[in-house]
Amino acid sequence: MAEETVQRPAAPAGEERRPPRAGGDRPRSGPGGPREGGRKYFRRKKVCKFCVEKIDAINYKDVRLLAQFVAESGKIVPRRLTGVCTPHQRRLSAAIKQARNIALLPFASGR
Amino acid sequence: MQRTYEVMFIVRPDMVDEDLDKLISTLESQVTTAGGTVKSVERMGRRRLAYMVRRFQDGLYILLTLEGGGPVVYELERRLRVTEPVIKFLTVRVDEEQKRLDKVKKIRDSRRKRGQEPAAETGGEAAPATATA
Repeated sequence: MAEETVQRPAAPAGEERRPPRAGGDRPRSGPGGPREGGRKYFRRKKVCKFCVEKIDAINYKDVRLLAQFVAESGKIVPRRLTGVCTPHQRRLSAAIKQARNIALLPFASGR
Repeated sequence: MQRTYEVMFIVRPDMVDEDLDKLISTLESQVTTAGGTVKSVERMGRRRLAYMVRRFQDGLYILLTLEGGGPVVYELERRLRVTEPVIKFLTVRVDEEQKRLDKVKKIRDSRRKRGQEPAAETGGEAAPATATA
C-alpha cells in the first residue's frame, strides 16, 4: 500500500518531464480531443489499400500506383492522410525514392 | 552467390536503334565475361523524364535483369558511368525481395489449401484472386 502511494506520484511526474513524443505516436484510442483545429473525432476508418488488395510487391516501376501517394508538389503524402499501414508505407516510400532517382517521379514539381 | 539485380538505365533520346542494339550487346557480353548471366533485356521505350537530366527532357528506358555477384554489377556500373549515351542508371537488388514474396505466397497457398480440404470447397470462398497486378 505504502509502496503504491510512493510510486504513483513518481509516475505522472516522470511522464510530464519526458519530452513530447513524435506526433505519429499519439494513440488513436477514442477521441483524443479535437487538437487538429476542429476536425471531427472519428474519421471514417481508412484502410490500407495494399492490405486490402493484398499487393505485396511495391515496385518502383509502376508510376501510376506510386503517383497516387504523391502530392501535386511531388512530396510523399503522410500515412495519416492515405491510411496506409506502416510496413507498406515504408516500402512505398522507398519505392518512391527509387523512382525519383531514375526520373520516373519528380523530386519537386510546381510550388 | 547468385544474386539477382535489376539495372535500369536511361539512354539519350537521340540515339539510333542500331547504336542502341550495339550498346546493349556490348553490355551483355561484358556481363557474361565478368561471370554473370543476363536474364532479360527490356526496352521500355521513350518516356518523358520527370526532370531534366543533362539537358534532356526525354529518354529511352532500358531494363536489364542479370544474375551474378557483386563484382559483376560493379564492373557494369563502371561501364555505364563511362558510356556517353547513358545519362542515368539505377541498380536494385531483387533476390531478397523475391524470396520474401515467395515465402508470403507459400504461406498464403498453404493456408488456402488447409481451408479448402475440410470445408470441401465451399463455394470457392477460400480462393481469392491471386493475379491482381
